[in-house]
Amino acid sequence: MSIDTATAAKVAKLARIRVEEDRLPALAEEFNTILGFIEQLGEVDVDNVEPMTSVTPQRLKRREDVVTDGNQQSAVLANAPDAREGFFAVPKVVE
Amino acid sequence: MSDLNKLGLAEARDALRKGETTSVALTEACLSEIDGAGALNAFVHNTPDLALEQAKAADARMSADAPSLNGLPLGIKDLFCTKGVASQAASRILEGFKPQYESTVTQNLFDAGAVMLGKLNMDEFAMGSSNETSVYGDAVNPWKIDDRKLTPGGSSGGSAAAVAADLCLAATGTDTGGSIRQPAALTGITGIKPTYGRCSRWGIIAFASSLDQAGPMTKSVRDAAIMLEAMCGHDPKDSTSVDLAVPDFEAALTGDIKGKKIGIPREYRMDGMPQEIEDLWAKGREMMQDAGAELVDISLPHTKYALPTYYVIAPAEASSNLARYDGVRFGHRAKLDQGDGITEMYEKTRAEGFGDEVQRRVMVGTYVLSAGFYDAYYNRARKVRTLIKKDFEDVFAQGIDGILTPATPSAAFGLGEMADADPVQMYLNDVFTVTVNLAGLPGISVPAGLDANGLPLGLQLIGRPWEESDLLNLAYALEDRAGFVAKPSKWW
Repeated sequence: MSIDTATAAKVAKLARIRVEEDRLPALAEEFNTILGFIEQLGEVDVDNVEPMTSVTPQRLKRREDVVTDGNQQSAVLANAPDAREGFFAVPKVVE
Repeated sequence: MSDLNKLGLAEARDALRKGETTSVALTEACLSEIDGAGALNAFVHNTPDLALEQAKAADARMSADAPSLNGLPLGIKDLFCTKGVASQAASRILEGFKPQYESTVTQNLFDAGAVMLGKLNMDEFAMGSSNETSVYGDAVNPWKIDDRKLTPGGSSGGSAAAVAADLCLAATGTDTGGSIRQPAALTGITGIKPTYGRCSRWGIIAFASSLDQAGPMTKSVRDAAIMLEAMCGHDPKDSTSVDLAVPDFEAALTGDIKGKKIGIPREYRMDGMPQEIEDLWAKGREMMQDAGAELVDISLPHTKYALPTYYVIAPAEASSNLARYDGVRFGHRAKLDQGDGITEMYEKTRAEGFGDEVQRRVMVGTYVLSAGFYDAYYNRARKVRTLIKKDFEDVFAQGIDGILTPATPSAAFGLGEMADADPVQMYLNDVFTVTVNLAGLPGISVPAGLDANGLPLGLQLIGRPWEESDLLNLAYALEDRAGFVAKPSKWW
């Protein structure tokens, strides 16, 4: 397994992080170092082992299906980079 | 009383209750030390007005039965959301972010009467082991042996530096792979990560949700017990927070550990481990024996797979958790060019807002979760994690009460010295601590000695799940035998 620049570019795209073209070879190399390190997990016999879903064996608590919070429009928008008329504002999404 | 900032929590609490000093005096002493400690870059957002207001309120309610931390000034890691106070996880992407709510842990501390001095430096989003990935610049270890500036460790590097330099009485940290215990060891202080689920994660900026836990960083084991008790407790707002009564941890500190079985895991004897670490571990074994414990050789066979497992699971969870930083609801948004749409906004915002290590981990996490690799990497890592946890369950089932290991593979190194190393070299710092997060166990780092250059080294004790009381008592006995009293001499 080896990651090439095309794969690095694809991963960057999936992660929604802009990576300039000239950075891709170095990024691919870093991925290969890390993935090479991770590769040793292939040695472990994991037949019939359940993947961990919760480190502590506990059942999630249930609660009444009722509204417990709300009416906080100004607090929700307080940190927005761009908020207008009570909404988050973003660049045009639909052409 | 003089040098009030040098007190620990227990001493200051007792002095306050006896009326020997006031919270305002303690707080002012700390604030003045913080002002003079810019060179350590530990405090990054100071809140002196809030601190003095809280201190006055604490003085007003001071009595013999005041809450446990009444009037005690603390530093808070920048990862905790604090209402109306900048909380940015040492990241550019959260520049200007002021939470509209309080994290449960800081609320618990305030309910116990604590005073907040300000927010503390850390690695960006808690990703790092040297505090060199912070947007605020490096935090600096108060310990110094030559011209070099040394790392205080990470990710809770600012917390460690601040406590070791007596800028505050104690501080909060968080620990995903060793981020409380490793910096505590490198700065000669105590740090405990409780069992996963003891402390609510609500309002703590998430890195890897199945591993993250908050804990105290303090000047003694007793202080750790006092502060941990105040931080813990069930919280309906965190579905993984456990609904168990919080014991009186301080009352558990008897120092009597006679007959306790201490496991010594053979897999922690790493190739190329410095002799000093080996020697410290041997001394630790003698100390535990001297205190009446019985040493038992144990095996944790999957130890060597813990770091690679961590470096699948933590980035995978991070890539999911950090998806929320998109320039829409809070924090940084990139300036856009004519014609840029929403995708360009996301991509530019995240490229500008995240530092190199965070970008790297988000992308590794994206890769191991992507179609075609999910089973080979992510699912396999979750299976190995099951085996790592089972290793511990097996030894606890044999009657082991605690496990003694070194806390770190070396003493503090120079800031910048790892700049040319590949990322995996830096990851090795967490080799002794990361298993504990994967297994959800409590672990504590206790300062146990100095290396040949005079830098502090720590030992780690690992406990059974939910038995922090026993673990703290083991640590208390170790602390007593180690008799570590060295302090860094002030150069800043």
